[in-house]
Parts: sequence; C-alpha cells; structure tokens
Amino acid sequence: MSKVEFNKETGPREVFCGLTSIVWLHRRMPDAFFLVVGSRTCAHLIQSAAGVMIFAEPRFGTAILEEKDLAGLADAHEELDRVVNDLIARRPEIKTLFLVGSCPSEVIKLDLATVAEKLNKRFLGQVRFVNYSGSGIETTFTQGEDGALKALIPLMESSNEEKLLLVGTLANNVEDRFKKIFRNLGISKIESFPPRQSTELPKIGKNTKVLLTQPYLSDTVRDLKHRGCEIISAPFPLGIEGSTKWFLAGAKAFKISELKVHEIISPLINRAKLALDSHKEILKGKRLFLLPESQLEISLARFLHNECEMDLIEVGTPYLNKDLMKEEINLLPDNTKIVEGQHVEKQLDRVRESNPDLVVCGMGLANPLEAEGISTKWSIEMVFSPIHGIDQAADLAGLFSKPLKRNQILTSKTLVTH
Amino acid sequence: MELTLWTYEGPPHVGAMRIASSMKDIHYVLHAPQGDTYADLLFTMIERRGQRPPVTYTTFQARDLGGDTAELVKKNIKEAVERFKPKTLLVGESCTAELIQDQPGALAKGMGFDMPIVNLELPAYSKKENWGASETFYQLTRTLLKEKVSSSDKINPLRWRELGRRPKVNILGPSLLGFRCRDDVIEIQRILSEQGIDTNVVAPLGASPDDIERLIDAEINICLYQEIAEASCEWLKRNFGMEYTNTIPIGIKNTIEFINEVHKKLDLPLTNKEELENKSKLPWYSKSVDSNYLTGKRVFIFGDGTHAIAAAKIAKEELGFEVVGLGTYSREMARQVRATAKDLNVEALITNNYLEVEDAMKKAAPELVLGTQMERHSAKRLGIPCSVISTPMHVQDVPARYSPQMGWEGANVIFDDWVHPLMMGLEEHLIDMFKHDFEFVDGHQSHLGHTATNTNDSLNSEKRKEKNSKEGIIWTESGRAELTKVPFFVRGKVKTNTEKYAILRGIPEISDETLYDAKAYFS
Repeated sequence: MSKVEFNKETGPREVFCGLTSIVWLHRRMPDAFFLVVGSRTCAHLIQSAAGVMIFAEPRFGTAILEEKDLAGLADAHEELDRVVNDLIARRPEIKTLFLVGSCPSEVIKLDLATVAEKLNKRFLGQVRFVNYSGSGIETTFTQGEDGALKALIPLMESSNEEKLLLVGTLANNVEDRFKKIFRNLGISKIESFPPRQSTELPKIGKNTKVLLTQPYLSDTVRDLKHRGCEIISAPFPLGIEGSTKWFLAGAKAFKISELKVHEIISPLINRAKLALDSHKEILKGKRLFLLPESQLEISLARFLHNECEMDLIEVGTPYLNKDLMKEEINLLPDNTKIVEGQHVEKQLDRVRESNPDLVVCGMGLANPLEAEGISTKWSIEMVFSPIHGIDQAADLAGLFSKPLKRNQILTSKTLVTH
Repeated sequence: MELTLWTYEGPPHVGAMRIASSMKDIHYVLHAPQGDTYADLLFTMIERRGQRPPVTYTTFQARDLGGDTAELVKKNIKEAVERFKPKTLLVGESCTAELIQDQPGALAKGMGFDMPIVNLELPAYSKKENWGASETFYQLTRTLLKEKVSSSDKINPLRWRELGRRPKVNILGPSLLGFRCRDDVIEIQRILSEQGIDTNVVAPLGASPDDIERLIDAEINICLYQEIAEASCEWLKRNFGMEYTNTIPIGIKNTIEFINEVHKKLDLPLTNKEELENKSKLPWYSKSVDSNYLTGKRVFIFGDGTHAIAAAKIAKEELGFEVVGLGTYSREMARQVRATAKDLNVEALITNNYLEVEDAMKKAAPELVLGTQMERHSAKRLGIPCSVISTPMHVQDVPARYSPQMGWEGANVIFDDWVHPLMMGLEEHLIDMFKHDFEFVDGHQSHLGHTATNTNDSLNSEKRKEKNSKEGIIWTESGRAELTKVPFFVRGKVKTNTEKYAILRGIPEISDETLYDAKAYFS
C-alpha cells in the first residue's frame, strides 16, 4: 500500500442521504416501485434532487407520516398497509416494491421487515416486497444502492453455474459494452446485478465470480460472500487504467491470459488515449480538491492524477472501506491526503486556504464556491452519466475539464452575485 | 399516512430557512440529520444564490442516538455562534429531531449568549413550508420587538403630518423562493415613492435584525404576501396599533385599489387618480381589437392562495376570460379561495395532490392553464397552453430580466406571459392548416409536446372517415369541398353539427346545401 495519509473528521455535513439513490435505481429497474416511509422532508428531498415533475406518475413516492401515525405503531403499520394496497391497486404493473426506511421511520422503530413479510404473503405471486433503510442517520447518498441490493440478495436463487456477475448500477450502454468485451474474451455467462428487470434476478453460488462496478457496495459484497460468491479484487472501471486492471482481474478469474485481454482492449486503449489528450491538456498541473459525497472520490482522484496529471490537494469521502478500496488506494500517489467524514466549515476553510483550481462538491456548495472564484464540478453528475469503461474515459475527463474551459472563456473570474 | 408522489410545499423548516436565508446577520442552527442539507440546493441552484444559506445542520447519526444528542446540539450552536457571529440566532429542529425531543431552543437559551435567540417549534408532521415561513417571521418579529410593546403608545397612522415628514411604510412578506418577490419589491417601492410614500423597511428579504427592530418607525405595514406576513402584520397591529393593507397589488384593478387603500389608511390625498389607468399597457392591450379573440377563453387556475385569487380577478375582469376552474394548495387560504370561486360560480379545488389537479383540469377542458410548474407539465401532457403564476419555484421562475407580477409592470408582464402561449396555440392551428404547403413538409416540432401533434393525426383520421361516418352518413364531393372552405377553428364544430342535423332529418348524404341548411338550423 502506498503511503497515503488517512484522516477522520466529524461535524456538520453537507451530503445527501441514501434515499437519493432511488433517483437512479428506479430507472434501472422500471418494474419496481420505491416507497419511502418517511416525512414531507423525504418527499421534498427526492423531488428536489431528481426534478421529478417530468413524470406523470413516477415510480417512487413517499408514505408521509402524520401526527396520528406517531401516536401508535400499530396504527402506523395499518396505515402503511392501506397505502400499499391503494398503490398496488392503482399501479398493477409493479412487480417489486421496495419499502424504504427513513430517518423518522428508523427513530420511531417502524418495523418494515415485518410489514414486508406480511405483504409478501398477501400478494404472493403478484408483487414482491423488500425493505431497506435509506435513512440519513445511517447512510449517505450512494449507500442507498448498497442497501437496496443487499435487500434483494435473499430473493436470489442458488446455482453453481460458473458466471461473471457485474455488481452495481451501470448505464445500459456501458453495461452492454462491458458484456461484449467479456464475451469476446471467452466468458460465456455474464450477468448484472441489479438486473434491468427486478424479477430477473441472477442466480448465485460458489462459482459466481463477482466484479464490482461501483465502490460503495460494502454490505452487498459481504452478503454475496456469505452466499459463496467469489469477490474479484480489482480497482474500479473508471478511466483507462482502472478499466484495464478491472478487465484483467475479471479475465484472470476465468483463467484467460493477459495477452488475450491486451489483444482485445489495446485498440480501445489507443483510441481512448487519443480522445483523452485534449482534456489532459486542460487538466494537467491543475490542483484538485474533492469534497465527500458519492464515494467515487478515491477512484476519481486516482484517474484524475494518474491519467490527467492533476495534483491532489485533498480527497474527501463520506465513508471509507479500506478493504474494498485497497486496490484503488495502492494506485494513489504517495502522501495523498484522504479525509473520511466531514466538518463542512473546516473543510471549506481548507478549500479557501489551498486555492484549488477545481473543487468537486455537492449542489448546495457549487454556486457559493463559484461566487468566490473557485471552479467546481458537482458530484451528482457522476452518478447520472455513463462514465465507466475505457471508451468513456474521455467523457469522464470532460466532466472536469469543462468547468475549467468555461472559466477560460469567461475571462472575469469573480462574478457579481446576489 | 398520505401517499405523496410529489408535493407543492416542503416541510416547515424549509420555510424557516427561507426567512433565515432572506435576511442578513441571522444564523439558523437546525437539529437535523445529514440528508436534510439537500435544502441548501433550493437556494444555491434554483435561486442561483452565490452564498450558502446561513444554516448549520447538527448532523446527528444513528450511533449518536444512544448517547447525548443534546451535547451535539450545544457543540454545534457554540461553533456556529463563534464562526458566524449572528446578531440573532434561530434554533429549531427538522422532522426527525422533533421525535427525539432534545429541545434545542431551550438548550441554546441556557448557554448564556447575549444575542436574541428565537426558539422555533415547527410541527413537521402537520404543517408545511409556507406555514413554517410565516411562523418563523412572526416569532422573529415578536422576539425582537416584544420589549418595546409596553413602552410605546399605539402608532397613529397620521403622525407623519405632525412629524413633518413623508409617510413611511414597511413592505412585509417578500422572501427567497417566493414567486418574483425580488422584482415585486422594486415595483411596489417605485409606486409608493411616486405617491410620496417612503419605504421604512422591506422584510424579510434583505433585512437584518436591526431592521426588524425599526419596523415601528413606520406608520403602516404593506402585507405583500399573506402566506408569509399576515401573522406578523396582525401581531404588529395588536401590539402597536399598526394598520396593514389587505389588497394584493396584482393586476390593474387591484393595484389601483391598493394605492387607494394605502392613501386612505395614511389619510393622504390621492393626487394622480386619472393617471393610474394609463400606467400600464394592459388595459389598452386588452381593449385593442387584436385581443378580441381572448373573449371568453376558458381558463383553469391553480396556485398558492395569493396568486390564484389575483389571477382569477385579472382573468375575468381585465382580460375577459371565463374562469372554469380555481384552486389552491394553500390550506391556510382555503376560505378566501372558496369565496372567490363562489363569486365565479365554480367549485374551489383545495388539494395538495397534483393528480387531482390534473383530473380537474382535464374535466374543465380549458384553453389556457395558469398554474405552478407542475400544472405546466400536466397541461403539456393534455396539449393545453400554460403560463406559470405561482411557486413552487423552478429555476425558470427566477428570470434574469426584471419581471414582477405586481404593480404596473407586473400587469404588463402578466399580459405577455398569459397571452403569448395562447398565440402560440393559434399558431399551432395555422401550422396545421397550412401543413400541406411545401414550406411545411415535415419535422415541425410542436411546443406543446406530443399531444398537440397527435391532434393532427386525429384530424387526419377524421378526414379519412369523412366518406363514411359512423352513422352511415355519406359526405358527397360538394359537401366535403364546402367543409374545407370553413375556417379551421370552427371546422370541427361545423362538421359535427351538420352530421347531427343530417341524422335528425334522416338525410343520408351531406351536400354543400345540407351544410347551409344545418348552419341555418343551428344559428
């Protein structure tokens, strides 16, 4: 392991909670519905983060707790029953219903597992119910996906068939590319988790070899291991380097030679390098500060330093699983400063002191930093854009070079703000 | 428990944030978990604010719950006060913290600070955003002025005469994330200043705690948005005798009535009464022959109470529309909206469920929708033109240009914003009419989305059916030729009426003469 400097910080934070991951999970599995059991705040959070007005009937909603629900838990369970019945009557196309716990439902100890169990019996053969918590007292942002996937594992049947399982939500086009490449390498059975339909869950067992596509799936990984799956250790498929090592690790698990991998991906690497050059020109030597949010920060820092030659000031992450991130941390330059957790005020002090060229941060902080003359890239875009894989390396770099380029075009650095 | 897919209003603590963020020298310590920080983006992204909201989130986690969350609150309060040095501190909790009952307001008061502390108790499980904003503004006003209650006499609204100066008023209610508040304030100040009236304080937008303490230097209060300011105005009236205005100056008639009301309350003679009619272009634009086609246009209105009521009055009295639906999501203003609806002979729709609103819209079959951004989306699905008149805010509702809703310029903006979508609707028909001309080969994109283009298809299929309509009636060559000469906007109606007439009279074939017979019959 390289000599990386680890720090922990606590204090007021500026990050989303796990409910936010519903925004991409519901698009991944169009036959599922995500029902948050929470407050008006939860409903407002998701609609503010997702801009949901474009949907006539979105595939997520909130059962908003009211005063009378807080008075007695028995009544709350009954009320939830009623809401679910109404919902299923109106939306018969729902195949899987996720009951998503929130901060208030956790605090009043609403037992969603029992509710789900009861509902499963009643709607047997029609709708499946699973539950997980996306609450902000337990999870941040991307950890919501970890919870949702973990909740699906008990529904997955066992099979000892040898297969490659890609775990973590990917953009469909990226997923197709990955599968094509692995097929060309000679792996016949490749599946994804989460699947594109909630009912098409892959079967798993001791010959399932898991390759993670996202770095925030600690609990899912643990449960997959319990089910006998082999977890392939690799960096994450962001950038050319990460993707190459990721393909190599996957191939190795299937005893495919490195030579064969290089033969197939070299043309991809060559054209990706060409595409990356124009972005590298802008990013090279620029100083980068990553605030914690998506848990992709460490992989992004590795890519932006190793392949785009940016200098890393600080790499924030809301939560660090050193074991899962081992391969990534090994690729970081010596003396990289990683900060787990957040004290947003102190961190912003460090941002200002270090005068970075680019800050990766959440939407609440981006405009205020821009107003101070600091260029920013909002991190939520990373979870919505197809950024994985060799072919997308230049697009990924583009997310960071664009604000800098724009800054060059608009000559005046500090704008008058209101 | 209420199933909500989308909500017009956020929770009450977001209302409190609107007040805190609107003001200067204030800080709000909010006992809340990390996810609640999403609310910052409402200000930094939608309003494009270059400053963070002045809010510290205590960020308690599950592991803190077994321990001492009260200590965490105190630590955050201490740090926030040291760092931001506010002149007044707001302390409150969001939905989750309300359940663990740490009473952060009481904790803050026990910490020995010498600045005023406002303890905000905003019930998250029964109240909503606008109520939270109103309550916060009221508690803040009360906290900062309560000591002056006994020592001051009731304010005489005529005292400006004795004091030998121009009358002074406060403009209360404008806040961030309020619909066009930024520009309404400028417009109203301009109108008042033309009448020789000075603005003492605008609050909460741009005000500091010092300004709140100065509120009683004015003679009367202008209550610009009842949702936010009525509770404070009422308190100031009860305790200091300050009168406040009830008329919301949106539209020409209400702006004139507002000016009259202010003059009356101040006993100030109105000198330019005749001029007022000509201050805005709306009355003449509405009168000009070009606007004849606006007569009786069916309009469906839904929004916050203030803007929905004002829109109904303008629609009916100033533009000559027919109001076919009126509603609000502001339960606090339900009574007033119901009264307005009754005057218009429609039933008021009071709901927080946008699907109910869409259903009502569909049933009312309007030609124009005036609503929130959500109604804009619903109207788009139904192929109906729409103009946005109310919060919840969208980045499009914070235009770069000066674009008030109130006063003279507000009336100009309203005329353009409401009439242009209708003109676009007319344009759609023209395009449909001329679509076979070579300039319009294909690829015309409707601004109304797919529904509007679908009507073309239905017309086409109607044309195909013309030969043999469902009742077995046949359109002859001459009948069809005559029908195509009928202006497009009444063609459908003429067709139906003629067929109805033919069935009534047992005429099997429709010729050009049948068309004219039917016309005479139905006229």
